[in-house]
Amino acid sequence: MEYNNEYNLDLYPKKLRWKEGDLNATRTTMWSGPGCHEGCQVIFYTDDDGKLVKVEGDPNSPFNQGRLCMRCLELPELVNHESRLKYPMKRARDERGQDTWERVSWDEAYDIICENVRKFQQESGPESIISMIGTGRNVSQVIAHNQYANFGGPDLTLCFLSGDSCMLPRTALCYVVMGNQWVADMSQFRENRYEKDEDWVVPECIVLWGTNPVVCNSDAFLGHWIVEAMKRGSELISVDPQLTWIGSRAKYWLRLRPGTDAALALGMMNVIINEDLYDHEFVEKWCFGFDQLKERVQEYPPEKVAEICWIDKDLLIEASRFYAKAKPSTIQWGLAVDMSKIGTQTALAIADLAGITGNIDNPGGNILIDQAGGLEFGYNSGIEYLKEGMVEKRLGNSKYNLKKYGFTASSQSDAILDAIDTGLDEKGDPRPVRMLWIQSSNPITNMGQDAPRIYRAMKKVDFICVIDMFMTPFASACADLILPCAMSNERDCVRVWFDPIRSLTKTGSYYEAKEDEQIMIDLGHRLSPELWPEWVQTPRDYMNWRMQNAPECRYDSMEELEDAGGWHYHPFRYFKHEKGLLRPDGQPGFNTVTGLYELAPVLFDSWGDDPLPFYEEPPSSPYSTPNLAEEYPLVLTTGKRSFEFFHSEWRQADTTSRELHPVPYFDIHPDTAAKYGIAEGQWAWIENQMGKCRQVARYNSTLDPRVISTEHGWWFPEKQAAEPELFGVFDCNPNNLIPMGENGPSGYGAPIKCSIAKVYPSTSENMATENQPTYQVTRGSGYTHGPSHKTDTPSFYDGIK
Amino acid sequence: MARGDYGLMIDYRFCSGCHACEVACKKEHDLPRGDFGIRVLQHGPHETSDGVWEYDYVPLPTHLCDLCAARTAEGKLPSCVHHCQAGVMVYGPVEELAAKAKKAEATTSAQMVIYPR
Repeated sequence: MEYNNEYNLDLYPKKLRWKEGDLNATRTTMWSGPGCHEGCQVIFYTDDDGKLVKVEGDPNSPFNQGRLCMRCLELPELVNHESRLKYPMKRARDERGQDTWERVSWDEAYDIICENVRKFQQESGPESIISMIGTGRNVSQVIAHNQYANFGGPDLTLCFLSGDSCMLPRTALCYVVMGNQWVADMSQFRENRYEKDEDWVVPECIVLWGTNPVVCNSDAFLGHWIVEAMKRGSELISVDPQLTWIGSRAKYWLRLRPGTDAALALGMMNVIINEDLYDHEFVEKWCFGFDQLKERVQEYPPEKVAEICWIDKDLLIEASRFYAKAKPSTIQWGLAVDMSKIGTQTALAIADLAGITGNIDNPGGNILIDQAGGLEFGYNSGIEYLKEGMVEKRLGNSKYNLKKYGFTASSQSDAILDAIDTGLDEKGDPRPVRMLWIQSSNPITNMGQDAPRIYRAMKKVDFICVIDMFMTPFASACADLILPCAMSNERDCVRVWFDPIRSLTKTGSYYEAKEDEQIMIDLGHRLSPELWPEWVQTPRDYMNWRMQNAPECRYDSMEELEDAGGWHYHPFRYFKHEKGLLRPDGQPGFNTVTGLYELAPVLFDSWGDDPLPFYEEPPSSPYSTPNLAEEYPLVLTTGKRSFEFFHSEWRQADTTSRELHPVPYFDIHPDTAAKYGIAEGQWAWIENQMGKCRQVARYNSTLDPRVISTEHGWWFPEKQAAEPELFGVFDCNPNNLIPMGENGPSGYGAPIKCSIAKVYPSTSENMATENQPTYQVTRGSGYTHGPSHKTDTPSFYDGIK
Repeated sequence: MARGDYGLMIDYRFCSGCHACEVACKKEHDLPRGDFGIRVLQHGPHETSDGVWEYDYVPLPTHLCDLCAARTAEGKLPSCVHHCQAGVMVYGPVEELAAKAKKAEATTSAQMVIYPR
């Protein structure tokens, strides 16, 4: 663009290290933690002691092009933070929740782990050991490899995230429909971006479906790429219950009721098919199941859909026409797609929408992408080491076809929680869960639904080891051993998540914090030496070993990649289905059963599942539970993102993040706030049949007055770690109000963003200590509930003592 | 360089309000809690009587802004401009900025040229 920043590139050499005044500059990639899903290229400035002084964006980067978000810019605050974990620490099992940690050496920590692992393997089988991860970052490959090779159990899961409701429902569905996965094309897989890439086309229409990309930057997609496309003429459709900043620039804003996304997509297809706006050529040549789909969408006329979604019928029709007629159109979808009970069906509806308009693997459309260099650095790392018959033991697998037949890289957390609670697997057979290995997750703060239930279930597990950067509420409440891990700038690592492959170069260390890779390697040589070459001793050795064993990877070592500039883009080709580039047999088509883009997957049909997308009301809603809705009249959505935080990270009171965002906010329409006597800036309670939490009211007149929107991930590191204070973890947690185990027919998806609640103002009485959720959960049995929470009978949670 | 020779041009049509400029500035100038060399101001979201939703951000330099004199002397961009995620900030001689703003008039952009105090 005419007015883009013009960096003086003479000052930014394309080499690994240089000196600038008193500081040492290292040009590398940031990932996590603290971090996010991206992998922005940065320059770390360190002093001669290796202390991180400042971080800047690398102007040579095709990925972030010199730009950087506020969290990387404030990174030294957390890297050098006094309250980081410095040493391994243990605590007696009967002292969980107390601040009675005792420092131990790494050798002692490893001894404790190995002793427990061997004992549980012997007494209850390796399947009694489960590893749990937070959101996918650069511990994904480590935790998987460690679980499968060193512990030998089959269960790896997103840490109590109900229905794996983050990207995995969409990914699993995409592999069924197209044998691959798609993402909106912003020229991100080419080194020359935007108009410098002669093949790329500016999307005429970009649909932001359940995502606020500039804030959330989810799934290796840098949200501001959308802004670049907008500057180049892209028009937007925003599908969002609230008007986001980027939505305010949209041509169409579809303010749908949370959880009704599938109905909307079906309604759009109704318009597009019935008005003959679909792509005949693509459908006839490459799609399977169009006739069935055409019949199904007749059940979703615009009038009906408008009523379900609380949107204007004409707006729905106009937006559908615009999406279908624009060439190319692309969809960037987000978490909201996963976070309903019918997450899979919602994803199918949206995948079908893209399919019938032919926006598949075309420039500026939805492009299919694999992992860089054929490297498996995800949740399947090391799965080849699992003993025969082990994968079949995955908890939840037998219950859900998608999982049973292999469209998964994880176990279902809901089934794991049930097993911990009951000692039984989903078939009713005994299944003791003896040990949890929790790496980079803080589930009672952030990721797990029904957080009080998770907290209580942990008491039944013999041994819990947490690997993290700080003492978290989960570790304080539940861990027996905690290991300090290195931050992103303290690790040698290779990043693989789509393209390009990137190197991360270590620039310093912090007390005794170790790289996650180092912990895995050290445990490997102790627990399963036959699976670990003697020479693999450091994280760098590990990366080199993995790269050498990947035939498609052109680099044999991290050093080669660093020397090549720190990243490598593999050739990206469009229309791969036409060129025979998707199937193992080299034939044109998609890597599916029929070789076609399956609008109605034959696998679903053969499993006896409905092969077509459908809409179903959320389990609690004004329509599915009208009686309950009389007590809890508002639709509750959760997990609104902000620039300052990434999940439960960055909450330390002295950070710039907390300076800019000191308290949790929930958004409420001013009319609704007035109705319930809540003033802006006032703490208010949000409550339903499951439990309650409190946040500070923030007026948002863009919401439907019947909808409120809450933030997630809040804890207060400035409070005491020990119970009953426990960093105030349950006080502001909307997951007190969301169930576990409400999953759709595929096992994927959960009603995390589409529940119901009521709100009422804080008073001095209801703000007393004994009324605080953290106190009620840790000192009483707050928010325990029987099956009544799944019925339409207004029944308050019981058990508060 | 005389005061007012250099300034910032902001395309506030595309400023996403991401705070990168604020934090980049705080770090460059080592500003204590509460101090900012630049602040992102917010207007809206507000529905005007004609049914249009207004929702704009615009970064406003404070008296603590020196347009990163130390950085620009080295040939670098001011830190806010360098890191602006939306790429909406331009640093340069004000005459050039004014000319660029005029040129951008024909696009969907909305330009503002600022001479910091």
